[in-house]
Amino acid sequence: MRYEAPETAERAAQLLAGEAGIARVLAGGTDLLVQMRTDVISPDLVVDIKKIGEVRAIKEEAGGFRVGAGVTGAELKEHAKLRATWPGIVEAANLIGSTQVQGRATLGGNLCNASPAADSVPALIAAGARATIAGPNGRREIPVEDVVTGVRKLSLGKGEFVTSFLLPPKGAGQGDAYLRFIPRTEMDIAVVGCGVALALDASGTCTSARLSLGAVAERALLVADAAKALIGSKVDAAAIDKAAAAASAACRPIDDKRGTKEFRIKIAGVLARRTIENALARAQGKTVKGLY
Amino acid sequence: MAQTSASKTHVVMRVNGDPIEVLVDPADTVLDVLRNQLNMTGTKEGCSTGDCGACSVTVDGRLVCSCLMLGVEANGKSIGTIEGLAAGDSLHPLQQKFLEHAALQCGICTPGVLVAAKALLEKNPDPSETEVRYWLAGNLCRCTGYDKIIRAVMDAAAEMRGAKVRA
Repeated sequence: MRYEAPETAERAAQLLAGEAGIARVLAGGTDLLVQMRTDVISPDLVVDIKKIGEVRAIKEEAGGFRVGAGVTGAELKEHAKLRATWPGIVEAANLIGSTQVQGRATLGGNLCNASPAADSVPALIAAGARATIAGPNGRREIPVEDVVTGVRKLSLGKGEFVTSFLLPPKGAGQGDAYLRFIPRTEMDIAVVGCGVALALDASGTCTSARLSLGAVAERALLVADAAKALIGSKVDAAAIDKAAAAASAACRPIDDKRGTKEFRIKIAGVLARRTIENALARAQGKTVKGLY
Repeated sequence: MAQTSASKTHVVMRVNGDPIEVLVDPADTVLDVLRNQLNMTGTKEGCSTGDCGACSVTVDGRLVCSCLMLGVEANGKSIGTIEGLAAGDSLHPLQQKFLEHAALQCGICTPGVLVAAKALLEKNPDPSETEVRYWLAGNLCRCTGYDKIIRAVMDAAAEMRGAKVRA
């Protein structure tokens, strides 16, 4: 195995594209090193992207934030302005693993590990985050929901990797939230996860909404029907009921040791309701009983 | 890891403040380097998958699992291990309180718990019990039932705050 730690995205893309054997991107390593240890993969080349400045930075951009794919959960938590602006994204990222894992685990890694249960992914999708991708043919930007195509499958071409995420501007009347169901309070993998972002106008009418579910399909889902149920409403009980029903209806889960299909479908509705309520409270300027 | 690598990489780092230069196999973890090359066996290998926290170290002050970090990534970094806690024969207050509270039995998890607790108290000298429990949720102990560990950490925190006030 060769290890390279290039200082530019262009060089990293070149290395990844030029490798004839198995090449892997190393961000925080909390999934990659486990897969190497358990011989799930034996890469010929590991490209550590953490020496690339943009991969490790949080910057304000276009009224929102650009967050490097290699920024850790602990660093997200320590960024007071980011946490205040997009609490749903930060609370989702901070649910991943232990304190030790938070010291290494990254948003880019959580997305590109392509597990359907990744906590930060529904929150990023709900927020309307876009992923900037560097590759041998230059750069492109796509919605986060278009990066993962299935379990352990990405839409990225050979040599391409995610360098950063662009989080849109967020102002008064907007709120986001993430909740997951696990059988304990920490250190577990989502049975269902739900991210919601919504915006209210001055009269309290919902002008935009996005709801994303994790762990109920082969990848995180953006549930358009749930958004439709909320937009134009006052986010009252009837609208939330409709959105929750749409969330359950969108699920196509598997049975596994964490939960049955039926359980996941039911819980998706329950979580959708609670996550909408949290996002709504934040949009109204209230503090919710979440992480932030 | 099952892999082998043709060439080793020159790594320069600090371990508990001491400058260290070592040739590292790119597939080896920081844990492998500490234990097998530097003979610093205080850091324990538990699960090797980042679940148990026995291999906890700090990297530039940040708590991580040394089994989840490649040794080559440590180049230019400052590593803190259990061997850096005591000052010579004088135990760190956390170590002293672990003895007083009998907060260990078999001792395998203890170095990781101590390193993690020290990292917590450096960040938050006055944590609530809930904060201590969540911070240490990634340090598994199969002997003590955790209560004595939590009590020892709270007591050490109180003593360290007192010492600071007196100073």
